[in-house]
Amino acid sequence: MASAANVFIHRLPEVSAHELHVLAVDDSHVDRKVIERLLKISSCKVTVVDSGTRALQYLGLDGGEENSSIDFDSMKVNLIMTDYSMPGMTGFELLKKIKQESSIFREIPVVVMSSENILTRIDR
Amino acid sequence: MERSQPRRQVAAMKQSLFDQGLLDEQFIQLEELSDDANPNFVEEIVTLYYRDSSRLISSIEQALKERHPLDFNKLDTLMHQFKGSSSSIGAKKVKAECTLFREYCRTGNAEGCMKTFQQLKKEYASLRKKLEAYFQLARQTGPMETACRPK
Repeated sequence: MASAANVFIHRLPEVSAHELHVLAVDDSHVDRKVIERLLKISSCKVTVVDSGTRALQYLGLDGGEENSSIDFDSMKVNLIMTDYSMPGMTGFELLKKIKQESSIFREIPVVVMSSENILTRIDR
Repeated sequence: MERSQPRRQVAAMKQSLFDQGLLDEQFIQLEELSDDANPNFVEEIVTLYYRDSSRLISSIEQALKERHPLDFNKLDTLMHQFKGSSSSIGAKKVKAECTLFREYCRTGNAEGCMKTFQQLKKEYASLRKKLEAYFQLARQTGPMETACRPK
């Protein structure tokens, strides 16, 4: 996923006033480190997690009580970048869960990246 | 300048790794992520890679022992991870062996898997040895100004 991320990040618009806060999801330790560095160098605020479950926890969408009392602004995520194939929850399943939310969460762009070039391997 | 000879050595070593087809462009991309504040970024990433790789190689080895029949799905999943991290550091030959292994998984070819895995371990060991030598020399030489693209 790290090499796919390279291409994408070089196309991010310059951010001046507000830093883009990106939530990156990848089960590979190597890829997490690379993407974190890539995003920081691109002047983004980064949060990296190692699974879809943790991503949902971070966003407060893990099926717990309503999180309306949180000051969400401080954690506001502008973009989610996730690897596709991860144990447990795939990146696509994570995307579906986020998009099911009837709130600001479904507005967040989610980029699913895969290193697979054999399409049939990517379940639809 | 006295510094130039070791620097040329480091550059030549790197060039050689590319000429041998052991590394690809992704390695350069990683170098471009280094800066004065993070001068050893590539070496840190590669060290993580060694750790992940050791674990994955052990798991694959174990899975290959559990024959009759081989669990090709499990092997493929493990190898996908190995391929991913190899790709992330630009380990070109290792990545190619991973791809071949996965093909054998797809066609359920146990012997192909075994043979390819042996070759993969060789390639990995060879790359690791060469990278360790490279980073050692690079550290002795001191930081390079910029990532240099081999010809």
